Amino acid sequence: MAEMEVADKGGKKGPGVKKSKKLSTRVDLTPMVDLGFLLITFFMMTTTLNKPKTMEINMPYKDDEEVIEDETKIKESTALTILLSKKHRVYYYEGMATDPENTPEVHVTTFKPEKGIRDVIIDKKNKVEDLKRRGALNEKDKTTILIKPDTNSTYDDLVSMLDEMAINDIRVYAIVDITDVDREFISETENANPGN
Amino acid sequence: MPKKSTNVDMTAMCDVAFLLLTFFMLATQFKPDEPVTVTTPNSISEVPLPDADIMLITVDPDGRIFFSIDNQNVRNDLITKLDEQKGLNLTAEEKNNFIIGASVGVPFSQLKSYLAASVDEKAKLDKSAPGIPTDTVVTSEKNELALWIKEARYSNPKLRITIKADAKASYPDIKEVISTLEGWKIFKFSLITGLKAVPPGTAAYEESMGGMKSE
Repeated sequence: MAEMEVADKGGKKGPGVKKSKKLSTRVDLTPMVDLGFLLITFFMMTTTLNKPKTMEINMPYKDDEEVIEDETKIKESTALTILLSKKHRVYYYEGMATDPENTPEVHVTTFKPEKGIRDVIIDKKNKVEDLKRRGALNEKDKTTILIKPDTNSTYDDLVSMLDEMAINDIRVYAIVDITDVDREFISETENANPGN
Repeated sequence: MPKKSTNVDMTAMCDVAFLLLTFFMLATQFKPDEPVTVTTPNSISEVPLPDADIMLITVDPDGRIFFSIDNQNVRNDLITKLDEQKGLNLTAEEKNNFIIGASVGVPFSQLKSYLAASVDEKAKLDKSAPGIPTDTVVTSEKNELALWIKEARYSNPKLRITIKADAKASYPDIKEVISTLEGWKIFKFSLITGLKAVPPGTAAYEESMGGMKSE
């Protein structure tokens, strides 16, 4: 209890001493509780209990002096190229379009959870697994995704795409500069689907 | 019927209130004041941001770049070195303002006047600050971010580089930051993201479920 019992053993209580009025020691704690809760509210609001998360990213080693011809090592059949463009649109095609004679079929999709780019990646993964089983690809070959963000794409697109890599367990992927050929693919696809 | 007192004993409630208060006071870590508000995109990554040795490069929706490191000793080192190199003629007070301050987003030419400004003026300056100039080429004279990164890494080689960019920031702006990092042969860095749930039916979902079962 908050009140304190004041010891009342005073020897002063003589007949001549005026008996002092015993004041109650009971303190009203309501304002103190108010203040306590006010401070609690303040600390709860300002505190950052959930720390921000980070996504680790490893860029491929790059050196201007020594040119590593890495892209040729990737087999066309394992590759999927994804172009990030404006309005969060995603264009994709099989392979890497290294053969100018044989232009790939470019499709357009978005990041929507169903029938979006995720399904495309899963499809591609299954295809590569299939080719492995049939012996067309080595055991070491892995689905490789080339991410080519266009200049009008946002950081959100890039992170969503990198996140898709984590979601679908794609181990081999690279962020590559977009080429003029890829830009042409985008505008061609745009013209073919004017409705979008 | 005897009239009962409506007085409630507040002691217990007071105890609880102060217990909670103590908890929050001890557990709290104040949000560092940021010159700009940045809404990060979300990812499924659950790696928490480390507590110490962080270099934070903030990119706001307009592509302005702000730079910050966490340790005050390192900040002291950094500003002293930059002062010498760039001939900024900073006073001790201006240096101290940098040491205790938050992210900086002005070119070296404006750094002195920025650091001399009062807290209120700084808030205004942050709104109009042009951001730290960058370029895709690390050796370029224009690439001041490159110098910041280089000197900060000399001051604290253990620095972990994190990029906190707004979801709406355009890719070329991010690309400049990444190219600068690549120019210094930094190929491993972290992107700060919010947390989102792993979508069911995917490889990552199965992995997280599998991990739970084996425990």
